[in-house]
Amino acid sequence: MIYLDHAATTPMRPEVWDVMAPFASSVFGNSSGIHQVSRQAKNALEESRERIAALIGAKPAEIVFTSGGTESDNMALKGAAWNPTHRSGVVTVATEHEAVLETADLLGRFDDPVTIVGVDHEGFVDPEALVDAVDGDTAVVSVMLINNETGLVQDVAAIARQIKEAEPEVYVHTDAVQGFASEDIDVGGLNVDMMTISGHKFGGPKGAGLLFVREGTVLEPILHGGGQELGRRSGTHDVAAAVGLARAMELAVDDRDRFRTEVGQIRDDFEKRVMSGIDDAVLNTPADQGSSHHLNVRIPGVRNETLLMRLDQAGVAASAGSACQSGAATVSHVLEAMGLTPNQARESVRFSFGWTSTLDEVVEAADLVVDLVGKLR
Amino acid sequence: MKVLVAMSGGVDSSVAAALMKDEGHDVIGVTLKLWSGPRGEAPTAGCCTVSDAEDARRVAAELRIDYYVLDHTDDFKDGVVDHFVRDYASGRTPNPCIECNRIVKFDRLLKRLDDFDCDVLVTGHHARTRNHNDVWELLRGADEAKDQSYVLSMLTQAELSRTRLPVGELTKREVRQIAAGLGMRSAHKPESMDICFVGDGHYLEFLEDVAPEVFEPGPLVDTDGKEMGSHAGIVGFTVGQRRGLGIAVGEPRFVVRIEPESSTVVLGSRDDLMVSGVDLSAVTWTDGVAVQGEVMAQYRAHGDPVRARIDATTLIFHEPQAAIAPGQTVAFYEDDKVLGGALIAATSL
Repeated sequence: MIYLDHAATTPMRPEVWDVMAPFASSVFGNSSGIHQVSRQAKNALEESRERIAALIGAKPAEIVFTSGGTESDNMALKGAAWNPTHRSGVVTVATEHEAVLETADLLGRFDDPVTIVGVDHEGFVDPEALVDAVDGDTAVVSVMLINNETGLVQDVAAIARQIKEAEPEVYVHTDAVQGFASEDIDVGGLNVDMMTISGHKFGGPKGAGLLFVREGTVLEPILHGGGQELGRRSGTHDVAAAVGLARAMELAVDDRDRFRTEVGQIRDDFEKRVMSGIDDAVLNTPADQGSSHHLNVRIPGVRNETLLMRLDQAGVAASAGSACQSGAATVSHVLEAMGLTPNQARESVRFSFGWTSTLDEVVEAADLVVDLVGKLR
Repeated sequence: MKVLVAMSGGVDSSVAAALMKDEGHDVIGVTLKLWSGPRGEAPTAGCCTVSDAEDARRVAAELRIDYYVLDHTDDFKDGVVDHFVRDYASGRTPNPCIECNRIVKFDRLLKRLDDFDCDVLVTGHHARTRNHNDVWELLRGADEAKDQSYVLSMLTQAELSRTRLPVGELTKREVRQIAAGLGMRSAHKPESMDICFVGDGHYLEFLEDVAPEVFEPGPLVDTDGKEMGSHAGIVGFTVGQRRGLGIAVGEPRFVVRIEPESSTVVLGSRDDLMVSGVDLSAVTWTDGVAVQGEVMAQYRAHGDPVRARIDATTLIFHEPQAAIAPGQTVAFYEDDKVLGGALIAATSL
């Protein structure tokens, strides 16, 4: 199989599994307990937190372990909107992940003021439009770092600075799930109050993520109970997940330069072959503002559902961006927000590359895409 | 052969996939996503629920065949649901399951065979196909009680030549035995009877929900035109209906006719329900050659065929028939063989 769906998930690095395994067997303790096996677990958890904090320029207490990107996004928006001492409004962007948009939708249904700001045809949000949407009711602004469908990179640091200048009380959140493998992520440089990270996008375990919560940012918890994570996220810790997340983050940071260069080159080569092989193919990913590892391309006259299945039959895994629970391809809200018609969105396919991608395999895959498109037309 | 199996998650299509795999074909299973409700909710009844799709996925995994969910919601909405609403609004009684076969499965899906590089489409219908002197014939299923050739009577050579119906050769009992032998969860599943997009409720609730504009009040009259009451909309009535008429008279009264232009529902006695023939529309012939003269005609999914004669686009019954609703399908047979099918456009006294 040639795997070109790394933005959905990417294989776990073997070193990660190695460090996780003891916490599924001998070191099974509940990190909140008082005895030795629990202390071992607790030590591993807190040591992981410290290493993670150091990697992103945060303090250990600013790391809240979660079950992944969806929970972290929910926590950021609901936590800010529901904090009784804070404002309750949400401002976000039409191309955000469903974890943000659906949460905003829920808050809107419970009468919190919610504003969804549109994007231009390349997917960029106008920072001025975001600033205009923010007012004295706004609790949190959420803008993602790299779009999961198109790979567009937004200048979150500049956006956050402008918002903070206009409304210092507002919390700024970024969903950085797609960016950790390739971007130098430092929460100081990004100017954000909250940031979502998900382990399985860069070689860590699924079900492991975190929300960075800057000191002084007060969130109402969304999971209540035993008061773990300084009361911010109740529930028995998944120590194996935290340990695995920390190890995967270290490995990703160590591999970042290579990733940007090599995976970027592999991506560019794939793009070149597909674009030269299919005359009328159109890039949905902006040419010079895309990430090193996403490619979203529209192939007129070929339904993405069909192309993806034919690719699967031929041993190539790709996707249409987001898939619903049943597995059917749905019309992308990201591409629609960029002004594509539903039919154009249905002609769009996402190829995404990762730490295991090789030039040989993507050359083979690109030739196959060109060949299949010829057959399907 | 490379075959595409339309899998609903039910026992019949699951066994169809298993049989094709057993015969050594290269099998791809697909489930059609057809409907997600006016507000995006998944159907909970009928043949296409989310749990059915999960069952289909499980069966495909057990059979080790590739499996995909195909989005045909637009085709289903345009071709089946809108048509359903339009038919009721025009005083007809539609059969959406037949329209789903006609428009979605045996047209849109069949046209996608090339997309999948497949040779034929396989479904779990209880009917048989046979190649006789280079002509594809459609025959009643081996299990008389489960025969579904009626709902496939609109198929012609174009479709039949690219369709295989393996479970039609078996009885339902045999199908269930095969399913149980394969450890399929669907082996003992009850059969679906509901209209998938209507769900557990009544079709009128569905119409009120999606098309309240089709409810236009009008009079209930007797066969002489005398007004006997009023109603909230002709969509609530089907020819032959006796219950829920909202009037109390001594003898049993039935809906004998619906006049959409004036929103009038005509009530009459049991005798008034009898018709001598029907006008046909959308007539198709299995082998492409129009039949005139004597046929056996079946105008209900589980009704007995009756003797009739085709004269141009009119079907004349040997004996008058009761309670035939415009909008329903009529299938023509010669013994077990389907000759063709049509929609009932209007009835004649």
